[in-house]
Amino acid sequence: MTKIADNQIVIKLLPKDLSEQTYISDKHLYVKPEFIYELCKELQNNPETQYNYLKSISAVDYIEYFEIVYHLDSLINNSSLVLKTKLFGRSKLSVKSVTSLWKGAELQEREIWDLMGIYFEDHPNMKRILLWEGFEGHPLRKDFIK
Amino acid sequence: MSINNELVTVNFGPQHPSMHGVFRMRVTLDGESIVDIEPVFGYLHRGTEKLAEERTYVQIVTLTDRLDYVASMSNNLAYVSAVEKLCDIEVPKRASYIRVIVAELQRIASHLMATGFLLQDLGAFGTPLMYCFREREKILDMFETLCGARITLSYMRPGGVFQDTPDEFWGQLDSFMGTISDQISELESLITGNEIVLSRTRNIGILKPEEVINGSLSGPMLRASRVKWDLRKANPYEVYDELDFDIPIGATGDTFDRYLIRVKEMRESIKIINQCVSLIKPGPVRNEDVPLVIRAPENEAYAAVEGPKGELGFYLVSDGGISPYRCKIRAPSFMNLSLLREMAIGTKVGDLIVNFGSIDIVLGEVDR
Amino acid sequence: MSFNQLNKFMGDLLPFLPDSLLFIMSGIFMAAGICTTLIGIGSVYTWFERRVLAKFQSRIGPNRWGPFGLLQPIADAVKLMLKEDIIPRTADKLVFIAAPIIFLATTLMVYSFIPLGEDSQLGGGNVALLFVLGITSINALTVFMAGWASKNKYAILGSIRAVAMLISYEVPMAVSLMGVVMMSESLSLVGITKSQSTIPYILIQPLGAMTFMIAAIAEMSRAPFDMVESESELIGGYITEYAGMKFAAFQLSEFLAPIFTSAFFTVLFLGGDSGFSFIPGIFWFSIKTFIVTCILLWFRSTWPRLRIDQIMGFAWKVLMPAAILNTLLIGLEIVFIGENYLLQIIINFLAASLFIYFIANVLGQKRLVLEKPVPSELANMDANR
Repeated sequence: MTKIADNQIVIKLLPKDLSEQTYISDKHLYVKPEFIYELCKELQNNPETQYNYLKSISAVDYIEYFEIVYHLDSLINNSSLVLKTKLFGRSKLSVKSVTSLWKGAELQEREIWDLMGIYFEDHPNMKRILLWEGFEGHPLRKDFIK
Repeated sequence: MSINNELVTVNFGPQHPSMHGVFRMRVTLDGESIVDIEPVFGYLHRGTEKLAEERTYVQIVTLTDRLDYVASMSNNLAYVSAVEKLCDIEVPKRASYIRVIVAELQRIASHLMATGFLLQDLGAFGTPLMYCFREREKILDMFETLCGARITLSYMRPGGVFQDTPDEFWGQLDSFMGTISDQISELESLITGNEIVLSRTRNIGILKPEEVINGSLSGPMLRASRVKWDLRKANPYEVYDELDFDIPIGATGDTFDRYLIRVKEMRESIKIINQCVSLIKPGPVRNEDVPLVIRAPENEAYAAVEGPKGELGFYLVSDGGISPYRCKIRAPSFMNLSLLREMAIGTKVGDLIVNFGSIDIVLGEVDR
Repeated sequence: MSFNQLNKFMGDLLPFLPDSLLFIMSGIFMAAGICTTLIGIGSVYTWFERRVLAKFQSRIGPNRWGPFGLLQPIADAVKLMLKEDIIPRTADKLVFIAAPIIFLATTLMVYSFIPLGEDSQLGGGNVALLFVLGITSINALTVFMAGWASKNKYAILGSIRAVAMLISYEVPMAVSLMGVVMMSESLSLVGITKSQSTIPYILIQPLGAMTFMIAAIAEMSRAPFDMVESESELIGGYITEYAGMKFAAFQLSEFLAPIFTSAFFTVLFLGGDSGFSFIPGIFWFSIKTFIVTCILLWFRSTWPRLRIDQIMGFAWKVLMPAAILNTLLIGLEIVFIGENYLLQIIINFLAASLFIYFIANVLGQKRLVLEKPVPSELANMDANR
């Protein structure tokens, strides 16, 4: 069975400057949005964690804030981790892209930008993917009215 | 004297005989060689994730049929597993076995489609495709007996399956299982040793293990590149931990391996179905405690199954209402396209089509 | 009925007309006769090809209109005639229209030299072989005309492929016929047929026959060499922009090509109309052509398509040496062995087998040896078992 990582242990494995930026809320591991790239890089390369497989990136609109959810998998240790980050506000949201770490993030980040309107910095090709250029609004947001 | 080359940009798709739907690639060509390629998505975007936010948990089952429409059983299974995980629903044993049987039948059907269309893209004039379709048709007939539909099945429900199997189904399954092995061998004898197929597919579109893992590829794409990873073994769901089967992997990760993996997986599926048929016992097929309108607790769940195309996952977030607050679909076809550029650049037009065919995408799932 | 007979018959019927006018008139009648017959045969052949392909593919094929769907070609023709005749706005109109006409005309023209019965021939032709080779190479030109005039990227890609391929395969095809010409000491198809009265050349020149067959399939651009059209890559190649009757002209010539190739192969390597017993020669000719046609269909339904570089490589690396080897062997045999057919058959079959074995081992994929896969260390799904 895939082991679901214990968030407390994961935090302990991190270097000091990163673990200070993470917190556990409602059983989930959260990280401040500015440090998502560093944390992902650490989780990918740390020999204790080795989260080498990015299962999916999802964005959830909670009205007062957005949550980006990273489902990470370690194929080597057969364990999985859910990593979240909160973005407050409704406009000009941006977070650093993890495409340079996982190529598989490229299309999903474009999809989130398209449907949720969260911009990913340092993404090689940050364009709309499913809808056409010039479409107004981001349809998966809760306040989107056609 | 110098010869000046001019690059040509050609659109492959959205209307193109081998684009497997309405996929579009903007390809820049230098003669016959591919210089650049840009996939264009979205011609079949129907907003499934948004629609799911407005429907009850049971109604969403019908939406999942329309994702990967050549393997809707697997989609149903992935979705209902997510709901069951979200609401902590028990599934009766018989229902689990039936689910595994139909999911494996669906895997055979989907792999037959993939193989047939790969050969069609190679230019075989329909013969392998028709052989594959002949067998797939029998599976669709079985599904018709099972639930009255052939493509969009909606057979599964949170907490079990829609109804118990009719008696004719087992007869049909028996006669199908009696012949399918020979039919696959027949298909293989047409394709596997064929000189032209070998020279067209071997050492074409090679993907290394690091690349496929980094690119979040899954399913046969992952396993063809020597990565032994299958959710049925890695994180067994339903009754897969009671069954004995192998996970075939490829040797080099080229297009030929991706074809061969699918053929081998079909044989493994046959093994699985045979075991399930001998193990299944009478009993209830649906958890009667599950109401028609499910009110999920305030929670979230991610559940994935090993679909024919790869890891098909549903991420459901509930706010306590009768429909999910957010329903994110991790679509394997969509994710498998992330290395298309790497596979295509530097090859010839013919190779592009073959590589693309070996990814085996379904547009309903790519654009959702 | 041959042209000379027709001319004589016309002279008897209308003795008051001058000879030159009679000559022209009988020529026109002859041409009309050939065209009508061939278009008829071509239509029936479309039905036949579709039915046989369907059988290969475990389908049924066209079976609705008429007995066994025999009237299907008529329905197809009516449908294509009633279709809107589209010419793209950017197309070069004159060339666009001329291409299908020339294509069909050349295809029909080559039939005029095929000796069908024992002494019946539709034209004279002391150099019929050269004529046929020359006319068939016009195909490359018309395909390029069609592709270039369409102003369509797929069409241009297809026609560039076509020119490269058709010109390459022209060479081994012509060289592979050298053996036939040397043995029969004739360039006329009647002469070649007559010289095979004792033994068909396919037995004496297996390598030449094989080379010719493969090159001819490529010349017709049918599977596995159909990358000119390559439906799954280029949609239709040079015929992408064609519709209606122009499309029908291309289709008809494409369906006539295999019949012609089979007939030509029959004349060159299967002894044409020669047979035994009292059955007339035309019957023998037809049955041989039919068998070759079926073999071509078999190829088409079985094999996938090669890639462009593989196709070009095959022409120059495999077919060309084969054709030259065949010419060399036949030349030496004519000088040193003479008419000892048995010895020639043994030598040539041996040489052909050795050549195929050699090529298969040097250039082929060899036998499929599946390596034992080594699982990557990057994944371990049994980690938490």
